[in-house]
Amino acid sequence: MKHRLGFAGKKLIRIALLLLGVSFVTFLLMSASPLDPLQTNVGQVALGSMSQEQVEALLAYWGVDTPPLTRYAGWLGDVLKGDFGTSLLYRRPVLEVVGERLSSSLILLLSAWILSGILGLFLGVVAGAFRGRLPDRLIRGYCVVISSTPAFWLAILLLLIFSVWLGWFPIGMSVPVGMESSAVTVFDRLYHAVLPALTLSITGVANIALHTREKMADVMESDYVLFARARGEDARGIVLRHGLRNVMLPAITLQFASISEIIGGSVLVEQVFSYPGLGQAAVTAGLGSDLPLLLGITVITAAIVFGGNLVADLLYGAVDPRIRRGAAKS
Amino acid sequence: MRKQINQRQKAKILAAVVTVVLAAVTVCGILFTEAAMETDFLSRNQAPSAVHIFGTDWMGRDMLFRTLAGLSLSIRIGLLTAAISGAAALLIGIGAAVLGRKADASISWCIDLVMGIPHILLVMLISIACGRGFTGVVAGVALTHWPSLARVIRGEVLQLRQAPYILVAEKLGVSKMRISAVHMFPHLLPQFLTGTILLFPHAILHEASVTFLGFGLSSEQPAIGVILSESMQYLTTGKWWLALFPGLSLVLVVLLFAMLGERVRKLLDPASVHE
Repeated sequence: MKHRLGFAGKKLIRIALLLLGVSFVTFLLMSASPLDPLQTNVGQVALGSMSQEQVEALLAYWGVDTPPLTRYAGWLGDVLKGDFGTSLLYRRPVLEVVGERLSSSLILLLSAWILSGILGLFLGVVAGAFRGRLPDRLIRGYCVVISSTPAFWLAILLLLIFSVWLGWFPIGMSVPVGMESSAVTVFDRLYHAVLPALTLSITGVANIALHTREKMADVMESDYVLFARARGEDARGIVLRHGLRNVMLPAITLQFASISEIIGGSVLVEQVFSYPGLGQAAVTAGLGSDLPLLLGITVITAAIVFGGNLVADLLYGAVDPRIRRGAAKS
Repeated sequence: MRKQINQRQKAKILAAVVTVVLAAVTVCGILFTEAAMETDFLSRNQAPSAVHIFGTDWMGRDMLFRTLAGLSLSIRIGLLTAAISGAAALLIGIGAAVLGRKADASISWCIDLVMGIPHILLVMLISIACGRGFTGVVAGVALTHWPSLARVIRGEVLQLRQAPYILVAEKLGVSKMRISAVHMFPHLLPQFLTGTILLFPHAILHEASVTFLGFGLSSEQPAIGVILSESMQYLTTGKWWLALFPGLSLVLVVLLFAMLGERVRKLLDPASVHE
């Protein structure tokens, strides 16, 4: 137990350092940008008609006049006190914007994550168990095609079929247009999240299914499965008892490692469905040079990704006794 | 015995065909760039027909030509970025394994850093730093795709370093640079080549995605991302062909690259050479 705590502690320090690196790199990239935030947000014409004082006030507001390192130091100091600054576009605290956006993205991310995990594991096990036969070929073909398909095009396709053509689902947004926020029900929110979540799940399946298939195929050729067969166990028992348990582990790790990809996919999918989530906020912040907001979003998503990896590492030890003992020895 | 040879030959033929098709698309795209810009306001918003197989857009431009030009641009950007990323991965991977513990630790840290930020977000950030446009996309995609391949190569080099012939070379006083170049590089070549070819699909998809979001190529350029983001405005009015065909062609091109990578892997990987 002590070893596990020490292990987690070391990992946490590493994560903190990585987050520091992420924030610094993001800051550096944003301040290296030749794009002038005043030009993009105020516009050339409006800028020309303004007085010198107004322009200077704007420069100060967008923070263009202070050197980047001073700004970074200031930002870091505030973050350590729990203040991520104020979004320049939304004119509200970054944490508030991120919190609001994240909570509406969370339905998408969670449902897609769980659905793609279970479905991917299932398809992978089936494909591995039927290796070389029809189910395997179908599943593998599906995975290869899906992993070659851009998420945003798939989103457009689903939008075309289910919203425009069949009219089953709304075109976009997370709530009906022109409705008071108090009148929006949970059902409305879910209803609007179906298509984006479906898109994310469909794309998320490929990776985990392909990896699970490889593992499963290895397991099916192993000596203990041969022995189980010789003992007269039926195929279902072999797959469930000997196969599933052994492929669970890598599948769990993969699924936690895929968080980054699902968040990345949500950026594109939310844009297509104009779903007001975290990804859409990131795009808006990026296009409008809203440094504090983009910085906040990047750091918080990176924290989620690293957190996922940490959970995977800890779970691995908890599920597989060999790793636990190996860690204790070293 | 005969069957084994056939399998190899089949893979070779398939790889050759795929290469030819991709090259043809690239060349056609370059040749049709002019035609893709041509506007014809008499035939606007036409559904697919015999004259315009992919239909026409709101300015009467032929979607087939636009798609081809876009694919060609995508393939060229993909080649460029995959080459840069692959070379970076090779150097960094070998560096991590050969230059000692401290270099290894800091490179691993960098890899973790790059992998921690969702890919598309990082491409966006780098593209912003380079002022968007062509440079932005190329820098963004090239600088984000090396980590996974670098990890593979690092692992390979670490194993290789314990190989007797490398140890002997070290004892003979051959310099580290020379060992990496003369003794290690030929061993890494298969991994490196397949890894680099398999970077293409990712590179192309990310280029299209970032352009679609508005951080990449500018809207005058005939890129697939631009075409698809324009098509978004016409979806609700039922102009499905604007989105369907360009996207489908992109998927096909990416699939072809993935297939090419698979074939090359099969040809070069010692484990499956005799399958």
